[in-house]
Amino acid sequence: MAVQKETQNPAFYALIVALVVMSVGPIALMLATSFKTNVDVYDVSVPAFFFSPTIKNYETVLCNFLWYEPAHVDYCDPTFGRALVNSLIVGLISTGLTLTIGCMAAYALVRFRFMGRGTVSMTTLLMRMVPPAVLLVPVFGIWTFQYGLDQTYTGIILIYTAMNLPFVIWILQSFIVQVPIQLEEAARMDGANPFQVFFLVVLPIIQPGLAAAAIFTFRIAWNEFLLANALSGRSTRTVPVTIVNSITEYDINWGVIMATGMLLAIPPILFTFVASKQIITGMTAGAVKG
Amino acid sequence: MSVAIKANRLTPYMFLAPAGIILIFALLYPIGYMIYASFLDWSPSQRIGQAEFIGFRNYVNLWGDGAFRESFWVTIRFAAIVVTLEMVLGVGLALLLDRNIKGMAMLRTVFILPMMIAPIVVGLMWRYMYHPTVGIFNRTLKNFGFEGIPWLSDSTWSFIAIVIADVWQWTPFIFILALAAMQSLPRSALEAAEIDGANEWQKILMIKLPLMMPVLIVTLLLRLIDAFKVLEVILVLTNGGPGLSTEILALRIFRTAQEFQELGEAAAMSNLLLMMLMALTIGMFAYSRVQEARLARQRAAVEKDAD
Repeated sequence: MAVQKETQNPAFYALIVALVVMSVGPIALMLATSFKTNVDVYDVSVPAFFFSPTIKNYETVLCNFLWYEPAHVDYCDPTFGRALVNSLIVGLISTGLTLTIGCMAAYALVRFRFMGRGTVSMTTLLMRMVPPAVLLVPVFGIWTFQYGLDQTYTGIILIYTAMNLPFVIWILQSFIVQVPIQLEEAARMDGANPFQVFFLVVLPIIQPGLAAAAIFTFRIAWNEFLLANALSGRSTRTVPVTIVNSITEYDINWGVIMATGMLLAIPPILFTFVASKQIITGMTAGAVKG
Repeated sequence: MSVAIKANRLTPYMFLAPAGIILIFALLYPIGYMIYASFLDWSPSQRIGQAEFIGFRNYVNLWGDGAFRESFWVTIRFAAIVVTLEMVLGVGLALLLDRNIKGMAMLRTVFILPMMIAPIVVGLMWRYMYHPTVGIFNRTLKNFGFEGIPWLSDSTWSFIAIVIADVWQWTPFIFILALAAMQSLPRSALEAAEIDGANEWQKILMIKLPLMMPVLIVTLLLRLIDAFKVLEVILVLTNGGPGLSTEILALRIFRTAQEFQELGEAAAMSNLLLMMLMALTIGMFAYSRVQEARLARQRAAVEKDAD
């Protein structure tokens, strides 16, 4: 805007550095602690960040995936490793399902003009309002007694898909609206049926929207505790559930639990660094653009 | 569009059907079911058909239940305090940092991290930092010769502790939204103010804040709604204790269902929470409608002047 170059007060850089340290600090501390032995954690003379690191905690957590037997693990507790696999299964399948179903619905709503965008954004907002705690009782009751889906992957995946659908439909609509209709008409002229038009023409164009929606859906499925806790059985528990189960014990093994927490935090952290632009778009879309 | 419909009348329904079926069976039906269940005396071992219909007794019980009223007020206090703090900090930081500084993109990326990480893990990190002996806060305090603070074992401090954790996690949300709003403000208004000789404070108070107000109100309401949903962080940090000092409603619902096995009562509580949030959401819609109407009137007036 202005012609002259703005030189900023160094105080602003200091402020930015301070803010970065404050928001990364706790995460860095968790990372550091995950490389600490339990003895070092409880020894106040060992500094918080500079100590001799060990990967024993990760070996304990992932013992059933290792090709060798770590010497310090007497008994390999497969709970965490299994939970990690469960979380991956639930997260990936529910994300795939939500995206497929959601973009089909979004496409129909845009192209065949069923309901206005107003109705969909209204539903999205209403759904955003419903706390998972409110769904707890009815979902537990129905899944257990009527659908017979308690303690199965299907049950957990079903509720995550339903929870995320309104948001996915809403965000994908705004991308589909921008696809030029001429492109679809041309494909139709060449003899493509509606499904071919959708999968071969529309989907490739809206990839950025799909990426944003995928990150949001996966994050919710990956991080959710409450419903997973009510619906999962011994063998289908996800990582958040096992973490909560293991901290209610009296003697907390901080190193191991921080390693588990770190493993749970890694995918969202990776997404943030790879796709922060899309995440901010998704986050601000609701409030700023109306 | 007519081409599409003529091609196959059933297509749109086939595209919509999966989403419709899932939403009806897994979302609308459970919510309806919850409203019905709130009139039942129901324990988890019973099928819903065996549960006794007791009318409004769950609600009456809640009304007379001191613990419920306590956690109701804890919820209101928690939401009011965290949202106020986050709005002031978030908008303040956005006003301060709304300039071309290198490193802004980095800051925004880093700022999203606390919101992306699982709430359970956020609770875990803070619980470790609040630890009475090995936590970083008390260690630092003791290094400087002060007494450690009973972060999670004193009812006042534990409330402060959950507020700090929430502010850490969610201030960035307000910051990012406020910054986005600020960067989409019309440059002309600010330049006009500059020509008229307005100083920084006047520009902020008379131009920036009023123009951002619609976005800020929506942000506030979104955050307020979310503040009522917080559960996992508090569950890991304090599990509602000590006493009931940090037991917000969502947590109470969870514990009523899980530990006390009173599904009917939990449903009644859920219903009350839902109605409260509904009122907030409707308020939000009403506000944006009024705002739109006002803008339309202003535009009409401007056009009239132009004629």
